[in-house]
Amino acid sequence: MTQNFRLEGVGLINREKKISFKFNGKKYYGYEGDTLASALIANGIHLIGRSFKYHRPRGFFGAGVDEPYAIVQLYRNGETEPNIKSTEQELFEGLEAKSVNCWPSVNFDIGAINNFLKIFLPAGFYYKTFMWPKSFWYKVYEPFIRKAAGLGTASIKHDKERYEHKYEYCDLLIAGSGPAGLASAYAAAKNGARVILAEDKSRFGGTLLTSEVNIGNKSGKEWADGVISELKEMPNVIVKNRSQVFGYYDHNMLVMTERISDHLPKTKKFHPKQKLWYIRAKEVLISSGSIERPIVFGNNDTPGVMLSSAAKEYMKVYGVLVGKNPLIFTNNDSGYETAIEFKKNGIDALILDTRKDPQSEIVEEAKNLGIKIKFSYVVVAAQGYKKVKSADIAKISDDKEQLGKIENIKCDCICVSGFWTPTIHLASQSGNKTKFNEKIDAFVPGISKQNETTLGAANGTYTLDETLKGSFETGHKLSKQITNNDNKVSFPNVVEKKSTVHDKFWCVPLPKGKNYKRFLDFQNDVAVSDIEIALREGYRSIEHVKRYTTLGMATDQGKTSNLNGLQLVSKIENKVVPAVGHTTFRPPYTPVSIGAIVGREVGKHSKPTRKSPMHKWHEKNNAVFVDAGVWLRPRYYKRGDENLFEASKREAKNVRTNVGVCDVTTLGKIDIKGPDAAELLNRVYTNAWLKLPVGKARYGVMLREDGIVMDDGTTTRISENHYHMTTTTAQAANVLSHLEYYLQLVWPELNVNVVSTTEQWAGAAIAGPKSRQLLQKLFTNSDVSNEGLPFMGYMEGDLFGVKARIFRISFSGELAYEINVESDNGNFMWEKIIEVGQEFNIQPYGTEALSTLRIEMGHVAGSELDGRTIPYDNSLEGLLSKKKDFIGKRSLSREAFTVEDRQKVVGVVPLDKKTSIPEGSHLVKDSNAPLPNPKLGYISASCWSVEHDNPFSLAILKDGKNMIGKKLFVMSPLKNKVIPVEIVSSHYVDPKGERVRS
Amino acid sequence: MLYIKCPYCGWRSQNEFSYGGDASIKRPKLNKEVSDQDWDNFVYNRKSLRGKHWELWQHLSGCRQWIKVERDTATHEIFKTLKADEDISL
Repeated sequence: MTQNFRLEGVGLINREKKISFKFNGKKYYGYEGDTLASALIANGIHLIGRSFKYHRPRGFFGAGVDEPYAIVQLYRNGETEPNIKSTEQELFEGLEAKSVNCWPSVNFDIGAINNFLKIFLPAGFYYKTFMWPKSFWYKVYEPFIRKAAGLGTASIKHDKERYEHKYEYCDLLIAGSGPAGLASAYAAAKNGARVILAEDKSRFGGTLLTSEVNIGNKSGKEWADGVISELKEMPNVIVKNRSQVFGYYDHNMLVMTERISDHLPKTKKFHPKQKLWYIRAKEVLISSGSIERPIVFGNNDTPGVMLSSAAKEYMKVYGVLVGKNPLIFTNNDSGYETAIEFKKNGIDALILDTRKDPQSEIVEEAKNLGIKIKFSYVVVAAQGYKKVKSADIAKISDDKEQLGKIENIKCDCICVSGFWTPTIHLASQSGNKTKFNEKIDAFVPGISKQNETTLGAANGTYTLDETLKGSFETGHKLSKQITNNDNKVSFPNVVEKKSTVHDKFWCVPLPKGKNYKRFLDFQNDVAVSDIEIALREGYRSIEHVKRYTTLGMATDQGKTSNLNGLQLVSKIENKVVPAVGHTTFRPPYTPVSIGAIVGREVGKHSKPTRKSPMHKWHEKNNAVFVDAGVWLRPRYYKRGDENLFEASKREAKNVRTNVGVCDVTTLGKIDIKGPDAAELLNRVYTNAWLKLPVGKARYGVMLREDGIVMDDGTTTRISENHYHMTTTTAQAANVLSHLEYYLQLVWPELNVNVVSTTEQWAGAAIAGPKSRQLLQKLFTNSDVSNEGLPFMGYMEGDLFGVKARIFRISFSGELAYEINVESDNGNFMWEKIIEVGQEFNIQPYGTEALSTLRIEMGHVAGSELDGRTIPYDNSLEGLLSKKKDFIGKRSLSREAFTVEDRQKVVGVVPLDKKTSIPEGSHLVKDSNAPLPNPKLGYISASCWSVEHDNPFSLAILKDGKNMIGKKLFVMSPLKNKVIPVEIVSSHYVDPKGERVRS
Repeated sequence: MLYIKCPYCGWRSQNEFSYGGDASIKRPKLNKEVSDQDWDNFVYNRKSLRGKHWELWQHLSGCRQWIKVERDTATHEIFKTLKADEDISL
């Protein structure tokens, strides 16, 4: 297909390189440097989608980030992405795009029937219509709305692309590379400041690419190119195109997406698709320019109606005509520039100017070129369904209330200019108190909250001369403050055509007897009539009007609709616009892909993975791993066809009968040193610590100030002023912070140092009746007899030449030891234990067997110490010292903690001795009681007791102390189970604790 | 993301710190009789101030020091940071 609307020899595209692409299955051609939008327009395509609510035909409205309509579903390299603005998507070979929001096709869309039902779809339609009957919501309304609504389909496949995050610091971040951005960046960079200049588009220069100006005897584009190439060479400057600064957060942190690969057919090897930059800037210069705003008239959403600046950009940048018989509808001089550009390309445009008799250089030039102009004229309505075919135009009275006789004139596009709205989003996000500027009928930044300065058009400065002057000065001034340098750059001579004031006209009245839809928000289909309804129904606050009508709530965030909406509200309410106020601007300025936000933190990278020094051995020996915090721990070691249950039972049983070895490297370890170390322990733990002798370990429980158990573990006195504390795997980091808190803030007089040594030591627990025999063979030079190394004893030993720490502590209830060696020797230790242990039938055991062993002996752990229980609940009240004070002690005398029937840990056995009890089930007295059935307690941990060969659970039960021997029911609605059980002591194995002391 | 000046390490981003609550709370001395009300005030009762607020932060991924930060809870402006042993009332 030929590109009928492509101009010869005009534009910045590369005509040497032809690019083929598909739109709705049909093949077209464009050139390198095109956007999808410009390439489609070059091919005469203007129907690109259907509108959100009424499914009216939609074309192109803008040429960039402001585009409200031309959104497509994009297909690239086997992936698909919704919500892509065709005006921003650069063309690449093999690009495929499809229309959204239409079915079965964009040309024949069933949903367009909504357009004829629009009387039934007024503002607040969802709130009003789908309220009843209630049962219809899930079955009828919601599925229907979901099918009808939406701007494309998100892929449900895993995104194979890579996204990266980058942190950067700079003196000045400059958002936007138009004249203001370039001038300020240049001045600041030459003055030695570290500058980041970000441009959303692929080309730098902003409006300099499309305006007829002269800077230092160069065209705007030449000047921009010169500045950019100089900046790129400077080591203190980062220049980024395709990079949108979308959010301004606290303390001058801004976030920017850099689209590194979106314009390529596929991402290059080792490249990310997008990069998210977190930039901490000392100063921020906002040079984001302005967006042309539409004038509201009948059927102003018809494809072919577009912003006049966009029409000019399509010609000047892409060499594309948006129409061959254009009508320009303007209230200011900008429309004339577009008409002049058409004329240069041999196209005669007709200008309708709402002003009566404007006088300026630009108007004069248009007249001299012979361009036809009708003053005091307006477009009443566009005619044509899928494309503008003609326009109803009329003269308008001086008071802008009365329309003259309506004439119909042929045209194929209507280019609208309703003056310019500064892009103040970033300034507003930073907390700037924006103010209304009467001269330009728009909000501009006011008093800065953070270190932000807005320049040029974004600040309402619309002449190039003033913009450049102000920007050079600001760039110099701010950089001087930071660098103390004072290198000034010379200011170039600027030639531009002078324009005159615009007409404060924004909405064409309806002619008598006509009921045209006049749209404000093109993406969400919000028309003048919708706002009128909302106000009639009593909505006053602009925030409420916005939510009720959805004005400005679409993905374009009302870039073209906000101000006209405010004008309308203020007119009906008879208030001035600043009294109505604007809705809050929130980040992101443009949609950001979820991938970019997540970055590399996906899958395995979502958190760090810590492995013990023995990890490789576990892998080689068929360990099945489980996540334990950030650690990977062996859950069980699979033999043959064993499942988890069989393997863990075998491993646990072997501990009870022979000896087992478990990797306990993951336990938190804290080294405590200093003359007041014992005093610190005495305050942190609930039991007494001052008299613990050197070479002895003690079990301790620590509380939070509110009396809840925080953690437990053993601490060993290595030498006079040196202790080794262990914590649970999960609480290791919190316990360290807890100790640091008290040492630094509460008791700074204590002379103690604490440091984490978790990773410095590899740990192995050997447990079982044969563990002493094994230990003796490992440490042949040491006396590890019951007398030499008694229960809770500690000694150092020599493990075949490796220095080791030996603790006689037990988590399993069996005779047990823990051996620590420096991490690098961990694997050596492990292999020696396995090798020497062979004659005692040693088997490694994982966390599942570990749990089984601790549960059946009634040793509380994380599932009981769950942040809701006090020492009494865990039968740890014996460890509460009556003689001394400790953290949290005062809280234990609170009323709820001392009631007679306080909850307590108990054992639970099913009456049939067969049925496993699901963890988290509730205990009730009567399984047939009406709901809500009073809950007496809950199952905290379950196992299959290897000692008794039946299921056994721990539970936290109300009045647990007096419930031993009682019969209750376990109910698990989740698993649909009711199990009759008996309450027993939590110490199901060796209740007197003889084995650990044997 | 806030930018906090650690008195030991200098300016660092918020994600290196963890929040520790009101810095004006003083723990009652050990081994001292404390009334229920005083204890509740220490453990639970906090003012939810709008405006200037002295709070504790720990430079967790840095020097691990607990520091005092005077921050405006409404605007996030940070006025001053102090070391743990420096008095906020001065």
